[in-house]
Amino acid sequence: MKLHQLSVFLENKPGRLTGPCKVLADARINILTLSLADTQQFGIMRLIVRDWQQARALLEKAGYVVKTTEVVAVEVADRPGGLAAVLGVIERVGMNVEYMYAFTFRREDKAVLVFRFEDPDAAIKALQAGGVNVIGSVELYDKVEK
Amino acid sequence: MIGFSSVDTDGGFHPVSAPDFLPLPQLRSLQLQRLKAIVRRAYESVSLFRHRLVERRLNPGDIETLEDIRKLPFTVKTDLRDTYPFGLFASPMSEVVRLHASSGTTGKPIVVAYTQEDIDVWANVMMRSFAACGLHRGDIIQNAYGYGLFTGGLGAHYGAEALGATVIPISGGNTDRQIMIMKDFGVTAICCTPSYFVHLIERAGELGVDMKKLPLRAGVFGAEPWTEGMRKHIEANSNLKAYDIYGLSEIIGPGVGIECQYQAGLHIFEDHFLMEIVHPDTGEPCPDGTPGELVLTTLSKRAMPMIRYRTRDITCINPEPCKCGRTIRRISRITARSDDMFIIRGVNVYPSQIETALLTVEDTLPHYQIILTREKGLDQVEVQVEVTAQAFSDEIRALEELRNQLSKAIERTLGIRVQVSLVEPHTIQRSEGKAKRVIDKRVM
Repeated sequence: MKLHQLSVFLENKPGRLTGPCKVLADARINILTLSLADTQQFGIMRLIVRDWQQARALLEKAGYVVKTTEVVAVEVADRPGGLAAVLGVIERVGMNVEYMYAFTFRREDKAVLVFRFEDPDAAIKALQAGGVNVIGSVELYDKVEK
Repeated sequence: MIGFSSVDTDGGFHPVSAPDFLPLPQLRSLQLQRLKAIVRRAYESVSLFRHRLVERRLNPGDIETLEDIRKLPFTVKTDLRDTYPFGLFASPMSEVVRLHASSGTTGKPIVVAYTQEDIDVWANVMMRSFAACGLHRGDIIQNAYGYGLFTGGLGAHYGAEALGATVIPISGGNTDRQIMIMKDFGVTAICCTPSYFVHLIERAGELGVDMKKLPLRAGVFGAEPWTEGMRKHIEANSNLKAYDIYGLSEIIGPGVGIECQYQAGLHIFEDHFLMEIVHPDTGEPCPDGTPGELVLTTLSKRAMPMIRYRTRDITCINPEPCKCGRTIRRISRITARSDDMFIIRGVNVYPSQIETALLTVEDTLPHYQIILTREKGLDQVEVQVEVTAQAFSDEIRALEELRNQLSKAIERTLGIRVQVSLVEPHTIQRSEGKAKRVIDKRVM
């Protein structure tokens, strides 16, 4: 059920985002979603792509430092209160969210939340027990690229 | 030496190393005999030296013991510049078979000369250097020091050939080809600057070549100061033992000193080079074990004798006998070269201090550069460190913590605050020779 997210180290300078995106574009790898975390001096670009092994190899070959992190994706209804319901479950079991980001689909009225937990396996169990729809990579890619 | 075959392995010594093991009385007596001769030669053939002796009412006959060398004036780098190009030569040009010159980053280079005897001595000390690293006939030595006016390339070349090893005179640069040859030719030893080897390791990884699977077993690294942390990094990422070699063009080139298999200080080839340690400011002798400036006298050089040359390298003499049994004494690894020193807000800083601090916190960060600027009249130091896959974390907090630890470690060492910046891999320019660690953008 876990997703493989790629994290790329970038300096916080104009134009730095273009490099890794171009590497993936040239290989015709579609970025499902991405998020940026940054400080004044540097940043981390976090990416979800279908072919993460190939993307990782290409980025590393181009000289980027890349880390693979396991994250958890959950599906919620794209309406007010959708996120709050999931966070409620997380709060009740006392899990700590390291970071999260969200994206929506074009055709469905659903949104996907991507969470990074310290212990993804425990998180998946807790979320499922709380009635949250955790989705795996195959399901996610099918939805997005349908 | 008895019973040593020319191809020895662990435990044995190469026959060419015999002079490293001379009984001390014999070594000191040889040094004195050579010192007297070289002082006389310099007095008779080098006018600058003769004038300085005459001024001090000295003559070569005043050298009766090794300690008497202290009566003699020092020679400094500017003496070579002031007499550019041939002013300190003691041989006529008809006897000079080779010239080398320093890179001369500021103004004119300094020029050094060799007679055929000098070339032979140089090959001898380089050969003994390789032998001390356990190399011998049958080894394949990739010589990635630059060939040309720089002494590194040809110095290592002649020594390796004299040893009977197979030499690959690849010179510096063309990193991908270096790696291909290293792999295809089954290279067992490499000579280059330590920073260039770090780059070779990095590039090999990118090309999918596992350095640990190559038959490389010795690296003879020099021409720039490096630290124990860097040695650890190199040895952890390859199978070779990293040996520190010391030398300078003014004296002969590489081969003035070398580490033995115990890697605990550099043995100086005392039969050819007389060493002293002096206080850098006063010029007074420092007792053994006390750090000071290394002063060298060439005992056998003919074309260009150097008497009491101030190397500007800071080290100390270790008089303790080495476990290897060599009688020639050791100096501690040179991590500070006064030429590399910079002054920041009144504090003397050596790049190696920053290197040590960085590698203590995280030994996977060998690529760094120090940038000096001046803002509103105040010196600023920025240390740029390339993030490696091992040190990279997916979390901002962890990266900030790493940055924080690095700057704290540097602050503890230097006593001044510096800004540490984490930069992307490959943003710091790789050098094929001596690494450029400091970029001074201050306008004086």
